[in-house]
Amino acid sequence: MTSKNTKRFEDVRPGEALPELAVPVTVTLINGGAIATRDYFPGHHDADAARALGSPHVFMNILTTNGLVQRFVEQWAGPEAVFRSLKIKLGAPNYPGDCMTFSGSVTQLDADTRTVEITLGGKNSMGNHVTGTVAVVLP
Amino acid sequence: MADPQLLSDARALVGRQYGRVYAWDEVNAPMVRQWCEIMGVDNPVYTDPAFALGTRHEGLIAPPGMLQVWTMEGLHANNYPPGSTDENPYEVLKIMEAHGYLSTVAVNSELTFTRPVRMGEKLYYTTRLDSVSDEKATALGTGFFVTLVMSHFAEKASGDEPVGELLFRVFKFRPANAQAPAKVEAAPAKPKRPLPGVSDDTRFFWEGCEKGQLLIQRCTACQTLRHPPAPVCIECHSFDWDTVQASGRAALYSFVVMHYPEVPPFDYPNPIGLIELEEGVRLIAGLVGVDREQLQIGQRLQVEFQTFDDQQTLPMFRPVDA
Repeated sequence: MTSKNTKRFEDVRPGEALPELAVPVTVTLINGGAIATRDYFPGHHDADAARALGSPHVFMNILTTNGLVQRFVEQWAGPEAVFRSLKIKLGAPNYPGDCMTFSGSVTQLDADTRTVEITLGGKNSMGNHVTGTVAVVLP
Repeated sequence: MADPQLLSDARALVGRQYGRVYAWDEVNAPMVRQWCEIMGVDNPVYTDPAFALGTRHEGLIAPPGMLQVWTMEGLHANNYPPGSTDENPYEVLKIMEAHGYLSTVAVNSELTFTRPVRMGEKLYYTTRLDSVSDEKATALGTGFFVTLVMSHFAEKASGDEPVGELLFRVFKFRPANAQAPAKVEAAPAKPKRPLPGVSDDTRFFWEGCEKGQLLIQRCTACQTLRHPPAPVCIECHSFDWDTVQASGRAALYSFVVMHYPEVPPFDYPNPIGLIELEEGVRLIAGLVGVDREQLQIGQRLQVEFQTFDDQQTLPMFRPVDA
């Protein structure tokens, strides 16, 4: 749940850890995420097509990963945090039946612009599905 | 080593600007709600007009993670709205494909936001080919990092406003160890197992497999067995050899179980044995009918033959009771 209260810049400490977020990876999440991002590449919704590509099952698209990264940071920062950047590096695929757990911490604070940088990773059973940084401006 | 012509052709395109791609729809509440539902995003600034009105945004905004969604083509590939460019910002990848770099994997997606996008805004983007790296060798294979920057704008009567940028980097490569590369963004036929290179020294081995015989090379001068096949005896340096048919009884000398990366068309986990034949030579082969937890060094094995893709017969080893 995103708190109704947005964190204030003064409340954030360097190195502060964000609460972990475990996201069960399901066929529904992969299919629904692909379609909600208007990505109809067959490997994201058609298991036979995904297998023909050499994957064991459908795999998550990048835009769903972006959405989940946004959620992880936003649930901690609050509704009025303004996103300045969302930069990710892609790793192991997300397949149904796995679980991706996000962890992250505050790695930079810029008092002039009230910008907080979070460095994060989303890990599944094969390793990091995603690593990256997100910058948000806090009130 | 990359063809110098390839790199100069590819680099000639760096800096090129590609025309506009428009959004089919203005930024709208139904698409935002469906996106928030599936992502598990419950921030009311995207979905609750009354709440959003009381925030610094003074109204609903779109989730930043949706920036690219608005200009996606949807179900039909390359079906962009009227007025969109028909240039292909990925044309540099075609040059690489012509040189055998067939596989593509997305590496980085870096979104930067100039300002939040508001309901009702109509977006478009333009693309610039930012860079092409030197040829790099990675665990996946050898190829080039290609970086594109898509600049997104909101249409305004008073002059279009920048809203954010996407830096998107792909790796365009030749797979490290596959003859039939698995291209990620297309649907090729199911890949077959790579075939061995057959020479005059090794032909007997593969032909033996076809007949269900495990043949081992033998020096006719000193009777020493050797495997893998080679032209010269390792003991007496004689060039003369014939073959003997192995019994197929063997012991597991060592093994590895491959889990990742999963390279088609092999099944995973994929157990591979270093197998010592009772005749004394060792060979590497797939293990069948094994349970990882039960695998033991020294365990007794028996050869059997399996044919793959209707074109290749391989010796495989199955555990048997001592």
